[in-house]
Amino acid sequence: MSTGQMTAPKVHREQRRTAAPEPTRGRAAPLAWLAVPALIFFVAFAVVPLAGVLVLSFTNWDGIGAITPAGVSNWLNAFADPGMYHALWLTFVVMVVSWLVQTPISLLLGVFTAGSQKYRALLAVLYFLPLLLSSAAIAIAYKALLDPNFGLAAGLNMPLLAQDWLGDPGLALGVVIFVIAWQFVPFHTLIYQGGVRQIPRSIYEAAEIDGAGKVKQFFFITVPQLKYTIITSSTLMTVGALTYFDLIFVLTGGGPGNATRILPLDMYLTGFRANLMGPASVLAVILVVIGLALALFLQRLGGKDRTGSQLEGM
Amino acid sequence: MKHQPTSRRSFLSLAALLPLAAAGISACGTSGPGGVASGASMWSVSGDPNETIRKNSVEAFGKANPDNTIKVTFFQNDAYKTKVKTAIGAGQAPTIIYGWGGGILKSYAEASQVEDLTGWFADNPDVKDRLFASSFGAATVDGKIYAIPATTVQPIIFYYNKELFAQAGVQPPKTWDDLMSLVKTFNAKGIAPLSLGGQSRWTSMMWLEYMFDRVGGPEVFNDIYAGKPEAWSNPAAIEALAKIQELVAANGFIKGFSSITADSNADQALLFTGKAAMMLHGSWTYGSMKNDGAGFVQEGKLGWVDFPAVAGGKGDAKNTVGNPSNYLSISAQATDADKESAKKFFKEGLLQEDEVSAYISNGGVPVVNGIEDKLAATDDADFLGYVYALSKNAPNFQQSWDQALSPVASEALLNNIDQLFVMSITPEQFATNMNATLGK
Repeated sequence: MSTGQMTAPKVHREQRRTAAPEPTRGRAAPLAWLAVPALIFFVAFAVVPLAGVLVLSFTNWDGIGAITPAGVSNWLNAFADPGMYHALWLTFVVMVVSWLVQTPISLLLGVFTAGSQKYRALLAVLYFLPLLLSSAAIAIAYKALLDPNFGLAAGLNMPLLAQDWLGDPGLALGVVIFVIAWQFVPFHTLIYQGGVRQIPRSIYEAAEIDGAGKVKQFFFITVPQLKYTIITSSTLMTVGALTYFDLIFVLTGGGPGNATRILPLDMYLTGFRANLMGPASVLAVILVVIGLALALFLQRLGGKDRTGSQLEGM
Repeated sequence: MKHQPTSRRSFLSLAALLPLAAAGISACGTSGPGGVASGASMWSVSGDPNETIRKNSVEAFGKANPDNTIKVTFFQNDAYKTKVKTAIGAGQAPTIIYGWGGGILKSYAEASQVEDLTGWFADNPDVKDRLFASSFGAATVDGKIYAIPATTVQPIIFYYNKELFAQAGVQPPKTWDDLMSLVKTFNAKGIAPLSLGGQSRWTSMMWLEYMFDRVGGPEVFNDIYAGKPEAWSNPAAIEALAKIQELVAANGFIKGFSSITADSNADQALLFTGKAAMMLHGSWTYGSMKNDGAGFVQEGKLGWVDFPAVAGGKGDAKNTVGNPSNYLSISAQATDADKESAKKFFKEGLLQEDEVSAYISNGGVPVVNGIEDKLAATDDADFLGYVYALSKNAPNFQQSWDQALSPVASEALLNNIDQLFVMSITPEQFATNMNATLGK
């Protein structure tokens, strides 16, 4: 039964190969100078600082006194420091687990909020509420809620909740991932909602005629149609994991012990608490390289021909 | 991609223009407040009662000296520490810099960012003689004075809840063994023995400061401060660290202490709500417990004693630790006129009669000599008299380690203390990790 819908996109692909319309030159070709403002900002606030950080990583500087060249010693120290690998591992765990937790939830919520059920609009507004709050506010609120002595558990008298959520090295990272998910699921839900609404009804109607149920429609139409949405959302999630700083800084400060000291936080504490700008710059460069590599990898997953639409010929 | 609307060449020509544009943008950033002669400025730390007290004294000084007005801005404590460092590094420092003395002041002095005040104090002996002699230690780098003590003395006090002690029929601890037995007593009654805001880390550090002193005397930390090799591996240091871990293992500190922060005053709330029986904390918490404790302090339920002695330990039981004062320095980058205004303020505006009275009425002991009568005349005479005597009579007043050490060593210290308290490292590992920071 399902073969009918499975072949449908293939047909569209064939059609596009032959019938892709040639862009008309006057309308579609953007002028080069339109990119100037963006490019200026990009260079001034991204490329120049990045080059500065790269230079700083080969120096010693306490942020106040003179900058002295340090050769590659900061780099050698960074790669010899078990703390760096620990921070890198934690960053990786946060990234992967966050993706595993957030993607299914956001996808399902996105599909749900794109529909036309009763109370959908009301529920959607509730889901999107966390989007309005800043990371610092969320962190402070969760810190108060999870306080073992004055928090939610003490207030409701529920011993099961009265774990030392942020003080136990075994629990703290899980809590951090949960709070991150709580904060960002609404955002990704919004992306998926937009993506789902782009899928033409007619595909679903065709599938229904072919006898596909809701589950099959979801796996064979919705998910494949959302391919690029998933890639976008995943890029934001994974690269975003490299910048989680404010939330963790306020929530745990990297503790207890080093249990939540992920690389961006490690970079901040090294640079601005310990005044070691050189070694902190090394960590910054490592973060940039990982971020770029991830973004490129995820773009590759989308295939080379990214400019094409999945819907041409509809 | 079949068409290439933006040619490679047009992009290259744009790229060639960009450095110029970028230079134009960044040029706007160089003429900040530091370069403009707009009068003297002062940055300080927010939070009452000290914020209002300082604001009033600066305003009063401005009214009396219209030509030397000082503009004061207040910042939240932790944010301030980062902001002022960045501002000094960028040459945008205020005329008067608020600080804690010690290692950070040393880093400013070594970079020639703060004015040497030694000569000025020699010319104005009356200014210097008014203030606690002991408060100048943390303002002195290589024999030169770079800051003026400007607030209250803040020793770390061992507090206890008198009501809970009376209910349990026990006395406050005189020795470490007393403390360990009190831990059993209170745990058996379902009351946490000690309150601790462990997530702030410097709160846990106060335990190390006292224990190092009680076990090994002031020399142990003096060796560390002097950067002597392997100074953290001193047997006294290892013993002190092991004792602290014994206390943690015996559930001496309240459950969940690693997720409690001192910023929210939750640690103090645990003491005055009767959830915890004892607490080691700064003398400044007296004022906030008086405000927040719903009569806890006023009804005489708050008690305090000297930190317990350790059997066989070398440290004098009268030795204390804490902040000898907060300090004001003058930026070396300020204009001469602004520097003069600042010095005039130090001489005529700082810790004058009204300000001294204001600190005292808020439960603080200003670093000014000869205020015994004033302290005795307040409602808090017992506590203020204790703090005054403790600070003045201490054979050794150890400055808080995170202020005394360099920023590098201090950050490593706080990080390792955190790990020590959650038992993820042993005293020996702690010593090894910290030995690596000696002299840095």
